[in-house]
Amino acid sequence: MSELGVLEETHLTFRLAPEMELEVRACACEVAKSIRMSTDKVEEVGMAVVEACINAIEHSRAEDGKLHLEFAVLGSAEAEEPRVLRITIQDQGVGFDRAKLVPPSIEENLKSIRKRGWGLKIIEGLMDEVNVLSGEGGTSVVMSKVL
Amino acid sequence: MSEGLKLKVERRDGLAVIYTDGYINNQGGEEIAEAAYGLLDEGFRTLLLNLASTKIVNSIGISILIEIIEKMIEVEGRLSFCNLTPTIEKTFHIMGLAQYASIFPDEQAAAAELQAGAS
Repeated sequence: MSELGVLEETHLTFRLAPEMELEVRACACEVAKSIRMSTDKVEEVGMAVVEACINAIEHSRAEDGKLHLEFAVLGSAEAEEPRVLRITIQDQGVGFDRAKLVPPSIEENLKSIRKRGWGLKIIEGLMDEVNVLSGEGGTSVVMSKVL
Repeated sequence: MSEGLKLKVERRDGLAVIYTDGYINNQGGEEIAEAAYGLLDEGFRTLLLNLASTKIVNSIGISILIEIIEKMIEVEGRLSFCNLTPTIEKTFHIMGLAQYASIFPDEQAAAAELQAGAS
């Protein structure tokens, strides 16, 4: 995907609040539909975005209380044909150490009281490429879906 | 804000069907759990969740569905799903839920197998 250029870019900021994930999902789905992504893929993008928002709501502890989004449509500059939707979801919270995350498993979930921690696994399963950058300045989840 | 999840329950011979309408988040998941545990108290051991009118779920809601699956295993019961959107079905497979709960394409297919097993 690195050889592709940015054809369109949109930046939005949302206040972190319960159910804001539905507003973000609606925006992501509209952008995906506008570049003629298939219905199933649009829904997968929507679900992945919901999970990224929920992670930010629950864990970011961002002092500004905001979530910053970038929707970038990537394609070859010559043809100007959309090929990839890249969504960046960024908070300015406390960050986390991914090395300390234990990957969830249904077998362990069924045995333990804690049944959470699925967000990142769901995002990775639904999107084609996912990169997470996290540190003291906050967390960025960069997720891409090929059309 | 979403309007919240609406539930409807149908009781048949040995099978209880819970119909969901709306977003399954933490609140929606808790409402499903309350309905499911109520049906267990009534003696039902075969439950079917019909998600035909649910287009969005999140992992918090699904984690509560895992609690229900755990409870069903404890009581040697069975929780199944039908009418999932392709994305919800894919998500259940990513999480491994399909190993512990059957997924049927529609209610007719589910009822045919579940009522045969329940009777």
